[in-house]
Amino acid sequence: MSAVLDNKSAPVAAPLHQASPGLWTLAWRRLKKDKVGMVSMVVVIFFLLMMFGSWAGIIAKNWSKEVGVSYANPAFMAGAENLEGVRKDDKAEASKVPYVDLSDIDPLAPRYKEWEERTAKIKVTETPRADTLLFGGDKWGRDVLQKAIKGAETSIFVGLVAALLATFIGTVLGAMSGYMGGKVGDALEWFYNVFTSIPYILLILAFAAVFKRGLDTIIFILAFTGWTGIYRLVRAEYIKHASREYVKAAQAIGASHSRRMFVHILPNVSHVCLVQLSQHVVQFIKAEVILSFLGLGVPVDSVSWGTMLAEAQSELVIGKWWQLAAAGISMAILVTAFSMLTDSLRDALDPKIK
Amino acid sequence: MLAYIVRRLWQMFPTLAGVVLLIFFLFNAVGGDPALVLAGKITNKEQIENIRKQLGVDQPYHVQLGYFAFEIATGFTCTYKSFTESKSPAPDAKGPAADAKAPEKKADNSTCQAVRSWATNEEVPKILTSRIGPTLTVMVPVLILETILGVILAIGVAYVRGTLTDRMIMMICTFAMSISFLVYIIVAQYYFGFKWGMFPVQGWTDSFWKNFTYYAPLPIMLAVFVGLAPALRLYRSFFLDEINHDYVRTARAKGLGEKTVMMKHVLRNAMIPILTNVGIALPGIFVGSFLLETFFSIPGLGREILVAVNRSDFPVIKAATVYLAMITMIINLAVDVAYKAVDPRVTFK
Repeated sequence: MSAVLDNKSAPVAAPLHQASPGLWTLAWRRLKKDKVGMVSMVVVIFFLLMMFGSWAGIIAKNWSKEVGVSYANPAFMAGAENLEGVRKDDKAEASKVPYVDLSDIDPLAPRYKEWEERTAKIKVTETPRADTLLFGGDKWGRDVLQKAIKGAETSIFVGLVAALLATFIGTVLGAMSGYMGGKVGDALEWFYNVFTSIPYILLILAFAAVFKRGLDTIIFILAFTGWTGIYRLVRAEYIKHASREYVKAAQAIGASHSRRMFVHILPNVSHVCLVQLSQHVVQFIKAEVILSFLGLGVPVDSVSWGTMLAEAQSELVIGKWWQLAAAGISMAILVTAFSMLTDSLRDALDPKIK
Repeated sequence: MLAYIVRRLWQMFPTLAGVVLLIFFLFNAVGGDPALVLAGKITNKEQIENIRKQLGVDQPYHVQLGYFAFEIATGFTCTYKSFTESKSPAPDAKGPAADAKAPEKKADNSTCQAVRSWATNEEVPKILTSRIGPTLTVMVPVLILETILGVILAIGVAYVRGTLTDRMIMMICTFAMSISFLVYIIVAQYYFGFKWGMFPVQGWTDSFWKNFTYYAPLPIMLAVFVGLAPALRLYRSFFLDEINHDYVRTARAKGLGEKTVMMKHVLRNAMIPILTNVGIALPGIFVGSFLLETFFSIPGLGREILVAVNRSDFPVIKAATVYLAMITMIINLAVDVAYKAVDPRVTFK
């Protein structure tokens, strides 16, 4: 035993210096040459940092504060008319209805004075509301830009976690089905067929119908309905790898089934999983936006790009386009970057391309 | 070939059984007590018990599963309760609630009662058959237009592959795909319908022709426009896969023009994966685009399912899911058989 340990530390590993670079090293080298891929990666990392910043409360902490007038104009449209944002005190004109003295028949009349005195004692601090916000305000005067950042946090978080979960489910089931085959494989194939014979949208809606609304629910629904594509690919890879020589060699040195599946084969198919993960993040962000729009997604007290779009629909009719633009553009930028990164990753990780 | 079809049909049963189990598990086990959903604000225990009895959810799960299987076997036109009660005219020992209901059912004079929606009390098979028309009115033209336009454009892009035009179009496609469908619908409905008045904002009538020529064009155009970018990207990759094959080189070597090579040789072979893709999309046209149907108030199946989800109207969702799973399986079989017609190399195992 000690001899083995000694071997590791001893400088016998000299030939390793000429060892050819592994898949990941090669992929990283290829990715670095891909300008589009690198730019996309920077954008994606920027969005992820934004998500963590917002989550940690560093940015967009005050997104729910009503800092501006209702539908405050964006800063670059300061002069534009804003009928909805008219301050309340502007309406304090004298009423045109002639005043009729009702005090002798009004049963509450004797107490008016007392109430006035009491109201005078209560101090109402009217926070000054801004007429314009950087990228406009929503109906309650919240800053749309901060809302978009907070919405990005929710949407990206849901997409990311759901994709991780779906990849995990798909990989584990695909590995078992492809590696073991036989009865286990048949059972899992049956399971897969059941899930794919129901149209995807309908499957999501059926799940949404029975579970309560919430962030954890929507992650669960997306992951539990979205693992099938990953399963298919991982299974095919495992079938291919299970009979390869290195796996037989692992068996010969006494590696257990699970060790062969997840320690020996998994690194060789992990590039498939990574590309799928990246692809599913995009898919789930889009799905989350639609579900939240329909009221089946995030709870009412949180904000996501989907709930912003739901508000934006009625706002557009009265000419307030900025919330639609904020949610739409930020989502489009992230999803474009993520899709292009996925394409670059796929090219970089494809061992056939040199 | 007949043997193949029979075997495939036979293989559908376990899958269908799985779908039924999944649906049953979701709606009867996870979905909570339907009586509470149905009763709403009623807190009267007796009333809730009555509702439970009427729905059959007071029974153990295996009995409930039997009821569900019976409903599916009759196409949701017959509940097990109404079936057994019509056979035995004197339902005794069922409690006062059942007795009170019995004469009413006999007056109906039919042996069977269809499964009814919890929200509207409409018969579920009638709901589904009446909603499928509007959905198909929109979705069939969408699928046809999308496929034809996608193939034509993809062949064009594949023809100029590698050029700046090709790369620009692919970039535009990626960007177009990344904008949410919601944004397209909101903006298009606002501008084309509300602001410029080129199309009706929303609506539907009983006349197919009026629907097809007046109400459907904007939703159809939107769906085609949004579906075109992914289709174009995918079909382009199919064409590019074919272009590198040896037979293409041979065709060029014997002096054929690039146009003939593309239209005659490459197109025919690329049609196989394209047809597969259309086959995958085909079951989707029965579900329809629930977003389009909601925005344009088209009384289609997608909107109906969405409404049912919001109302917790489980019978409608259950029936729709089972029906659509069956349709999907049959379409998949039909597509596999259709391969034979397209590709003579295909043999049935």
